[in-house]
Amino acid sequence: MPEVSNDKPERKPKRPKLPRTAIPEQPAKVRATNFEEVSLGYDEQMALTEASRCLQCKRPKCVLGCPVGIDIPAFIKLIEEGDPAAAIAKLKETTSFPAVCGRVCPQEEQCEKLCILGRKQEPVAIGRLERYAADWEAANGPSGKPEIAASKGKHVGVVGSGPAGVTCAGELAKMGYDVTIYEALHKPGGVLVYGIPEFRLPKDIVQRECDYVESLGVEIKLDHVIGRTMTVDQMAENGHDAIFLANGAGLPAFMNIPGENLNGVYSANEFLTRSNLMKAYRFPEYDTPIKVGKKVAVIGGGNVAMDAARTALRLGAEVHLIYRRSREEMPARNEEIHHAEEEGIIFDLLTNPTQILGDQEGWVEEIEVVDMELGEPDASGRRRPVPREGSERRIPVDVVIVSVGTKANPLLTKSTSGLELTGRGNIVADEHTLLTSKEGVFAGGDIVTGAATVILAMGAGKLAARSIDRYLQGQPLLTPEEEEAIQAASDKAAETAAAK
Amino acid sequence: MYKILDKVDYSDDVYMQVIEAPAVAAAAQPGQFIVLRIHEEGERIPLTIADFDRDKGTITIVVQAIGKSTRHLQKLGKGDSLANFIGPLGIPSEIENYGTVVCAGGGVGVAPVYPIARALKEAGNKVISIVAARNEKLLLWQDKMGEISDELIVTTDDGSCGRHCLVTEPLQELCETGGIDLIYAIGPGIMMKFCCKTTEPFGVKTIVSLNSIMVDGTGMCGACRVSVGGETKFVCVDGPEFDGHQVDFDLLMSRQRQYLSQEKESLDLYVECGGDQRCLK
Ligand SMILES: Cc1cc2nc3c(=O)[nH]c(=O)nc-3n(C[C@H](O)[C@H](O)[C@H](O)COP(=O)(O)OP(=O)(O)OC[C@H]3O[C@@H](n4cnc5c(N)ncnc54)[C@H](O)[C@@H]3O)c2cc1C
Ligand SMILES: Cc1cc2nc3c(=O)[nH]c(=O)nc-3n(C[C@H](O)[C@H](O)[C@H](O)COP(=O)(O)OP(=O)(O)OC[C@H]3O[C@@H](n4cnc5c(N)ncnc54)[C@H](O)[C@@H]3O)c2cc1C
Ligand code: SF4
Ligand code: SF4
Ligand code: FES
Repeated sequence: MPEVSNDKPERKPKRPKLPRTAIPEQPAKVRATNFEEVSLGYDEQMALTEASRCLQCKRPKCVLGCPVGIDIPAFIKLIEEGDPAAAIAKLKETTSFPAVCGRVCPQEEQCEKLCILGRKQEPVAIGRLERYAADWEAANGPSGKPEIAASKGKHVGVVGSGPAGVTCAGELAKMGYDVTIYEALHKPGGVLVYGIPEFRLPKDIVQRECDYVESLGVEIKLDHVIGRTMTVDQMAENGHDAIFLANGAGLPAFMNIPGENLNGVYSANEFLTRSNLMKAYRFPEYDTPIKVGKKVAVIGGGNVAMDAARTALRLGAEVHLIYRRSREEMPARNEEIHHAEEEGIIFDLLTNPTQILGDQEGWVEEIEVVDMELGEPDASGRRRPVPREGSERRIPVDVVIVSVGTKANPLLTKSTSGLELTGRGNIVADEHTLLTSKEGVFAGGDIVTGAATVILAMGAGKLAARSIDRYLQGQPLLTPEEEEAIQAASDKAAETAAAK
Repeated sequence: MYKILDKVDYSDDVYMQVIEAPAVAAAAQPGQFIVLRIHEEGERIPLTIADFDRDKGTITIVVQAIGKSTRHLQKLGKGDSLANFIGPLGIPSEIENYGTVVCAGGGVGVAPVYPIARALKEAGNKVISIVAARNEKLLLWQDKMGEISDELIVTTDDGSCGRHCLVTEPLQELCETGGIDLIYAIGPGIMMKFCCKTTEPFGVKTIVSLNSIMVDGTGMCGACRVSVGGETKFVCVDGPEFDGHQVDFDLLMSRQRQYLSQEKESLDLYVECGGDQRCLK
């Protein structure tokens, strides 16, 4: 948090009201045929201009919207002063992945949503500035290495190299712990490497962030499937004094409609993994094949669906995005929806698939859909779509990509004794400490929350590192002040509830 | 990198490799498989663990060269290394003393049957093994299977060795004689399908090991899904072994053919450039 000073506000809103600085992008027509990054990033002048829009609020609302509480006005001020090196250092006090978050955070729901400028005009482009600082560092060399505390002689094992695992490992390494990350796949990065496409998050950025934590002394053991190659209990026996489970929510959900096992029906996870992790978009130079055909139907309305649709488009297909609610309800980031529209994805909204039909050979031929109407709001507050009777129709397609969410992968949890799970198979971890029901074992990220966001996973990684540090030093996981604050908050909630 | 310590060619297109992978070997159990990647541009290919040695830290695989990756692998030998070697994956076989067990392996399917048969024997079962192939040249591990079996039956489709019949014939006879408590049948989809058809009327539980197309092998992608008892299952995490009488083999075999045209393209290019990956760049 920035210091609150009692000085008189030095800056009156006398600045000219600049519009939000546009970011250069590859033209839609061009980028629809390549896998290069869509957004090209600010140059120095653009960054300075955009940074100058920030009012440097004394009580910055934006910070409240950032799940990890980045000191936003401070890093923006450093950019405005022409010192990107200091800006990146400032960012790295709080986030380990600025180049990633600047690109993929749902800013419009977080920091930028609360930016004071957003009330009258467009909010400061916080994410783009964050990206600018991170890219500046990548181009100009690291702005110095963080201090690493003397070795504490304790070893921590981390399962999974997604944002939660890598963040936790990096934090612990800086505190002086020996850390080993165990990753099931042959590349580190989690969803950042197998799920989010190159055109949205170049893979060398993810690699760079992983190299960075390795440079802090973290060992990343790839090809290690915990629960198979080694169990969590064996990790403990093999000298890990504490364990952080950050294995993500990688189990694709299907809709259970007829025809889902036909040839040409993919889960979004499979389609994206083939394309991103296995580089099937460069087949046959890379060995893994991918099937696209002429016409693809993608089912879903989240970030994952957008990524699958835009990947299929780049592989040469006409793409229909089939979503059962309206555009307003789509959970994907605004920017992604906008980009998808620009690139020519066809949105079939208020439409729901009822079955997939195949030919003699077992290949997808058609998808049957039904029109939907929005009815009463459901538990999530969104209006519930209901099918309009008799509106069934069939669309000819070659490939169907199912993107209706992911569930907790049971591979690790099933093989671990004494780990409390929710009804949906997620690991139960204390909200304030991330401790699980198992001694010395902590968990965070998507495996606890269900599919969420990169920044929340990172936040969980940081919180886990703090708890593990305290645990290994024999301190209570929460300080008395924290206990008190939590108690006060829950008392207050109870009071408000009683008053109602 | 994972070193290849040994390699033996069994025929023009079937070969065995011993790979140094101590972490995998330490945990390996009968019925499980590994996923390997030859090099940076390579695909992830699943192969059954044909044998393992915990002391030496090695895994043995037996492979039939059919497409680009398995042919490329065939060219590698002692001293070469693989980029990735992941496992053991899948749920191990349930080894118990069932009584009398038939272990039938077709083609390279004999290799995965071997550690299972050995473990069943060690658990006190009477093991009757059937080693089957199209012809004598393709017969595999007769001697190894013989060592651990109470009874060994060899069949070839063309009669060049052992009985001149399909694997299903002795299986049918054994079922008719009775006293069989469990059957393992592992091989090509079509062989497993007909083995299950043969044993079903006798109600003898028949376990098969499915070889659907896979990517990650950890339950993350769903490429390997099959229908078992009308329910969708992921072979890599729910299997690879299933009750063969519940498996929809036609779906399995149809899904195995999904990439035929790309596989051909890839192999043709590979052959065209004399097996050198670099010519594709
Ligand atoms: C296609 C797609 C697009 C997305 N787009 C966005 C976006 O734009 N913005 C945003 O904020 N969020 C986005 N998300 C969500 C975000 O990526 C996730 O919330 C975040 O990555 C979760 O981080 P994590 O560390 O908990 O898990 P993951 O990133 O899932 O990483 C888990 C890691 O653990 C490994 N693992 C799993 N099981 C084992 C095991 N048994 N042993 C060893 N290793 C194991 C996995 O291989 C993986 O590498 C997207 C997700 C997807 C799938
Ligand atoms: C659990 C499991 C265990 C297996 N064990 C063995 C074994 O012990 N010995 C052996 O020789 N083979 C085994 N296979 C099959 C082996 O994985 C394939 O033959 C190999 O991947 C073919 O690769 P390719 O590039 O040479 O051939 P391709 O030309 O790519 O394919 C030839 C055929 O192999 C199958 N195939 C292709 N890609 C894959 C893939 N990624 N995953 C699975 N099947 C694929 C398809 O049916 C395809 O039509 C096993 C498969 C599975 C799933
Ligand atoms: S991390 Fe995300 S939410 Fe936080 S300031 Fe950066 S872009 Fe905004
Ligand atoms: S709320 Fe907006 S204007 Fe105020 S400090 Fe944050 S980014 Fe700057
Ligand atoms: S291979 Fe991906 S889920 Fe089985």
